[in-house]
Amino acid sequence: MLDVDVRNRLGGTALDIRFTGAGGVTALFGRSGAGKTSTVQMIAGLMTPDAGRIALGGRVLFDSDRRVDIATPQRRVGVIFQEGRLFPHLTVRRNLLYARAARGNGRYDGIVGMLGLEALLERKPATLSGGEQQRVAIGRALLSNPDILLMDEPLASLDAARKAEILPYIERLRDEAGLPVVYVSHQIDEVARLADRIVLLSDGSVAATGSVDEIFTRPDLMPLTGRFQAGAVLGARVAEQDVSGRMSRLAFPGGSLWVPSVPLPVDSAVRIRVRARDVSVALDKPERISIRNTLPGTVLSVTESDGPFRTVTVAVADETGESRIAATVTANAVHDLGLAPGVAVFALLKSVAMDRRSMALPPRDEIVT
Amino acid sequence: MLSDAEIAALQISLKVSFWSLLFALPLAVALGWLLARREFRGKLLVNAFLTLPLVLPPVVTGFVLLILLGKQGWIGSWLNAWFGIEIAFRWTGAAVAAGVMAFPLIVRPIRLSFEAVDLRLEQAAATLGAGRWRRFATISLPLAMPGVLAGAVLGFAKALGEFGATITLVSNIPGETQTLSLAVYALLQVPGEESAVLRLTLIAIAVSILAVVASEILARRARRGLSAAESGADA
Repeated sequence: MLDVDVRNRLGGTALDIRFTGAGGVTALFGRSGAGKTSTVQMIAGLMTPDAGRIALGGRVLFDSDRRVDIATPQRRVGVIFQEGRLFPHLTVRRNLLYARAARGNGRYDGIVGMLGLEALLERKPATLSGGEQQRVAIGRALLSNPDILLMDEPLASLDAARKAEILPYIERLRDEAGLPVVYVSHQIDEVARLADRIVLLSDGSVAATGSVDEIFTRPDLMPLTGRFQAGAVLGARVAEQDVSGRMSRLAFPGGSLWVPSVPLPVDSAVRIRVRARDVSVALDKPERISIRNTLPGTVLSVTESDGPFRTVTVAVADETGESRIAATVTANAVHDLGLAPGVAVFALLKSVAMDRRSMALPPRDEIVT
Repeated sequence: MLSDAEIAALQISLKVSFWSLLFALPLAVALGWLLARREFRGKLLVNAFLTLPLVLPPVVTGFVLLILLGKQGWIGSWLNAWFGIEIAFRWTGAAVAAGVMAFPLIVRPIRLSFEAVDLRLEQAAATLGAGRWRRFATISLPLAMPGVLAGAVLGFAKALGEFGATITLVSNIPGETQTLSLAVYALLQVPGEESAVLRLTLIAIAVSILAVVASEILARRARRGLSAAESGADA
C-alpha cells in the first residue's frame, strides 16, 4: 500500500501529486513533463519534495510536518531506471549480488531463472543488448528485497523488438513476485498490457485515477490520453477457435470479436485493446462487407472539438453485460449520420487491426473471474 | 659500477618519493572527491591555494615551508616539542617538500575522474541499500581508479625530480637529503665529473621508465581485477 501526497516546485513546474497505490501494477501515465519521473524520484528519496507525506505499507518514508525523511538506502524501494544504470565495472553476477540483501537470500536462482539470465552471468554490462541490460536491472532490484518496485519508463530506450522481448518478463514479475509495482510510461500499449490501475498525470497533478478500461474509454480524458492512442481495453476470454481459418473468437461482456488466431486454449482470459481509429460506425447493419466484426450498440457520447475528428463512444450490450468501445470518425460523418447520444449504431472492427500487440494476458487475479 | 654516494642518492630519491606519495595520495583522493562532488564555502579559496605550488617559484615555496616547518617555525617547533620530529635538513623534510610540490598534480586527474563518474550510478547503488561509504568504495573509487593511478604517476615523477623547494628546505646533504636531482646539481659544480653526471642521468631515466611501466600494469590490473576483488571480499 503506497500513499503519496507531495508538493514540489521545480524549475517553474509545480507538482501536486496525490494518489494511493494498491497491490499489483499502478501505472503513472501521462505526457513527458507531466511529473511522472519526479514522482518516482520522490518516492525513492532521490528528490526531496517541498512538502507532503509518502508512506509505504505503514512505514512513513517522508513527512514534512514531522520532519521525517528516510535516506534512500533505508527505504527498501527498488528502482528500474530508463537507462538501466548497471555498474559498468562489475559482471552481471556482481551487479545482481550488489545489494547486501541479495547475498544468500535463496531467491537468486529463482530470479535468475525467471529473467533468463543464466547465460549472461559472467559478462560485463557493456556487452549486453538493451533488453538484456534491463532484465539484469530488474533482477538486481528484485534481489535487494524491496517493498515496492518503481519502474521509470523501463522500455523507453528499447526498440519494438526488444520491448516485445522484455514485456513477458515484466508480466511474469507482476504475476509471480507478488510485489506492488509503480510503472511509469507514456506508451498506452505498455500500460494497457500491464497495469491494474492507472494514475493519469497532467501538468504536475493527478487528472484521474481508475482502472485501465475506465481511464481509456472516458471521452473527457481523451485530450490527455491522446485521440490517436484512444481506444477501449476489453477483458475477454477465448470463446472459439477456427482452426481452418486461423481465427479466434474472443467473448467479452456485451459481444464478441473475431481476431487472428490467439494461441491459447478455449476459455483462457485475454485482454484486448481496440484502438478508436480502427473502429467505424454504421447506422444500418452492412451486408456483403469484408469487416468480420459488427457489434450493435448505442451512442453514449460524441466529443466536441475544433479539429476534423470526433470520438464516438458506443455502448455494446448483450445478456453477458456491457462494454464501451470508442470510435474515431470525422466531424462530417458525425453530421451526415446524425450521431448523437441515444442513436442506435453498429460498431465495425477490422479483424486485421487486432494484431498480437493489441492482446495480452491479463493480471492473474483477473484470470480467476 | 655505482659509487656508494650514487647508490645513497638513488635510495634517498626512492624513499622520499615513496613516503611523499604515501601521505599525499589519500589526501589527494579525499580532496579530489570533495572538489568534484561537494559544494562548500571557500571552495574557490581551496582551489587557489591548491594551485599555489604550481605557480610560485619553487624556491619561494621551499622558503615558506622553512618558515613553517623549521626548528623555530610555527609548526616545526610544535612538532619538535611534542613528537621530537625534525623536518628541516632531514630526508623527511625532502619528502614533505616533494609531497607539497606534487600535490596539485596528483589532485587534478583524480578530481577530473571523480567528476566523470556518473552520479546516477551512485543513485542506483543507493536504491539497492548502499550507504555513502559503500557507494564510494564500490562505485566511485573503482570507476575513478584510472585517474587515481594517473595522479600517482604524475606525483611520483614530480617528487623524483623536485629540486627548488627541496634544496631550500633541507639543503644538499650527501647521505641525508641528497636526492638524485641534488646529486646531479652538486656534481655539475665540480669540473671533470661529467661521466658521474651521465651515470646519474641514466639512473634517473631508468627509474622514470620503470615507474611509468609499473603504473600501466597496475592500471590494466585495476580495470580487470575490480570484479574479482569484489568477489574476494564477499567470500
